[in-house]
Amino acid sequence: MSAYEPKIVGIFCNWCAYTAADLAGISRMKYAPNVRIIRVMCSGRFDPQMVFWAFKHGADGVLIAGCHPGDCHYQEGNYKALRRYKLLQKLLDQLGIERERVRLEWISASEGEKVKQVIDEMTETLRRLGPLKIQEAPGEEAAAAPAAGGGHHG
Amino acid sequence: MKGNGEVPRIGVYVCDCGTNIAGKVRVAEVVEFARDLPGVVVAREYKYMCSDPGQDLIKRDIQEYNLNRIVVASCSPLLHEHTFRKATAEGGLNPYLVHHVNIREDVSWVHEDSDEATRKAKAIVHGAVLRVAWQKPLEPQSVPVRDSALVVGGGIAGISAALTLAEAGKQVYLVEREPTIGGHMAKFDKTFPTLDCAACILTPKMTAVKDHPNITLITYAEVEEVDGYVGNFKVKVRKKPRYVHEDRCVGCLECIEACVFKEPRFPNEFDLGLSKRKPVYIPFPQAVPPVVTIDPDTCLYLRFGKCKKTCVEACGDRNAIDFDMKPETLELEVGTIILATGFKTFDPTRTPKYGYGRFPEVYTSLEIERLVNSSGPTGGEVVMRNGQKPKRVGIIHCVGSRDKNTNPWCSKVCCMYSLKLAHLIHERSGAEVYNFYIDMRTPGKGYEEFYNRLAKEGVHLIRGRVAEVTDAPLHPEEEGKLIIRVEDTNIGVVRRIPVDMVVLAVGLEPQPDADEVRRLFNISCSTEGWFLERHPKLAPVETFTDGVFVAGACQGPKDIPETVAQAQAAAANALALMDKGSVEMEPNVARVNEELCSGCHICIGLCPYGAISFNEEKKVAEVNEVLCKGCGTCTAACPSGALSQNLFSDHEVFSEIMGVLL
Repeated sequence: MSAYEPKIVGIFCNWCAYTAADLAGISRMKYAPNVRIIRVMCSGRFDPQMVFWAFKHGADGVLIAGCHPGDCHYQEGNYKALRRYKLLQKLLDQLGIERERVRLEWISASEGEKVKQVIDEMTETLRRLGPLKIQEAPGEEAAAAPAAGGGHHG
Repeated sequence: MKGNGEVPRIGVYVCDCGTNIAGKVRVAEVVEFARDLPGVVVAREYKYMCSDPGQDLIKRDIQEYNLNRIVVASCSPLLHEHTFRKATAEGGLNPYLVHHVNIREDVSWVHEDSDEATRKAKAIVHGAVLRVAWQKPLEPQSVPVRDSALVVGGGIAGISAALTLAEAGKQVYLVEREPTIGGHMAKFDKTFPTLDCAACILTPKMTAVKDHPNITLITYAEVEEVDGYVGNFKVKVRKKPRYVHEDRCVGCLECIEACVFKEPRFPNEFDLGLSKRKPVYIPFPQAVPPVVTIDPDTCLYLRFGKCKKTCVEACGDRNAIDFDMKPETLELEVGTIILATGFKTFDPTRTPKYGYGRFPEVYTSLEIERLVNSSGPTGGEVVMRNGQKPKRVGIIHCVGSRDKNTNPWCSKVCCMYSLKLAHLIHERSGAEVYNFYIDMRTPGKGYEEFYNRLAKEGVHLIRGRVAEVTDAPLHPEEEGKLIIRVEDTNIGVVRRIPVDMVVLAVGLEPQPDADEVRRLFNISCSTEGWFLERHPKLAPVETFTDGVFVAGACQGPKDIPETVAQAQAAAANALALMDKGSVEMEPNVARVNEELCSGCHICIGLCPYGAISFNEEKKVAEVNEVLCKGCGTCTAACPSGALSQNLFSDHEVFSEIMGVLL
């Protein structure tokens, strides 16, 4: 194993995935420390811009986790996330970014084990892929403030 | 209240949680790190942030340092976010200016390396500090809670919950799928460890439900649709036709006598097929409501349209029977919901080595409950299918429990009910009874004493998981018997014990439709399929959906006293909500910035609640905050950044992303 450790941002929905991460904690499961989990209410809040924003600020991957299809606390937010994720994959191809760097998973509140498994797997995959390399266009300056909308997606 | 538009003055509080966090994360280092972050005025380490002195730290600092933002890094926000919001409010700051992040469940408990854990904790605190600066003061919306409740399931859990609510003056709708309430308990003869007659303690409660002015009993019905939110649920209930008007039937049962089928010939579901019934039937004599039901699958008139209809004749001018009855949909409006949908017993054909279904003298424990019941198919006689009393009976524990091939969990009640059945079988038939157990689990008031009593009564207790039940004899004395093969682990010998009758102590499982039911009510299930409580210890009857509570064995295996306690706890929780009369909604709703909105309509189609509409005059989208549930789907989709979800705005979420990428 090299010294390189990937940084991964986790976008976890409050009701299923985040609760499952809590369960993994309560069960004292041990998993890779590479994912930093951010809680949102629903995976429907997932915005592809978050991925690019994360990449821009040094992430090597983004893990989005929501409720299983049919289980969404808000009826269908996870389907919206899926839709955006599918489009995003095409965009990643065009940008020459490996699809494995963005992963969408359904994790129910009782699947603490799956949190561990997915995080370990993704960390391993990204260790293999190595750091994300994006060529910045010459003269482009790093944004200083967080983006507020602005892209075309939905 | 402060917190609007000022320069951020942030207080950061990192919790040791005893050694839970500090044992892995070097908290002092995280605090040092936080102290230098932009906007941070004060950063502190404390042993237990959730304790009173911990909360007081926040309150004091708000005053002393004139703080306008708070970050707490401790356990899961699902556990203590509300605690720190409350403390923040008590300190004089808007409670939504605190951000609570998790360095216990997400860090110290799941990572082994101290350096890694400390680095991750810093990153999380960094994210929180950057994010909290963007948080705005918010005012939660208050919505009224209706003074009525729906209880789903009419077993002892549902009955207990309904009676508690009704006694407190609430309007209760009790919906039961079967023609009668009573559930599993109504099938039992005696209850452990006191050997109380189950019917004697249950039927008065059933009658009380029927007679209570505040309870509307809806039997032979299922919930079909649930809409709305805490305090204001709209529920559709589909009532199956029983072809008998409940209000006209007086329970004289003359129609059953008069049915063209002279003899009962269809399996009686209540007796698990051990007795027969007619197409017009009452499940058991004390059924509530005490009215008959006509089974459309076996009634000649309902099947073929041709019959002498002697039942109608017998009913006479009471006119209770109505073959034209159609399914009916009732619409209810309730403030709270209690789910008490119970359990099913394990199907032992999944463990073929015990011969259930192959050997007629192998029974499930529930079938034996009916046999020993004085209102059961044999009037309480324990007899074999040939009518003779068994001389030896074997009871096999843990069938479908504690078995990785079937269900891994302990069903909790089987040891005790097996001891009870051992006592009853011996009492009714004089048979010698053998109990085969893995571990004897009898925790509970008076339970261990009951076990000791049974041991003294001479029940044979053999420790060992039974390998098989066979009818192949090896010795003359095994001829015509069922032989139980087991390793007696107390003496380390494999034994063959010939018996006349085998009882399988089947475990408890989630109802087969538990998954559909939980989706209907928007709650979660554990991996096994039991309804998931909000917190395993501190919120055992609440669910993740506000206003929906769980009671009894639908949440996990439970005996009767536990079920009743939980049902009454669920009722108390529901009462607290209803008596308060209103509930504060999380203010994480979406808002439209009219200046940015281009009127593209994208958000309108995405909202699952129809909360967004188009203002034709202003040509912008509008959010109805009462309908908005705060998922944020619209915020993610708005192409012009006009929509923003409170507490999860782009500024907040994107800053946090940037921050955690330390």
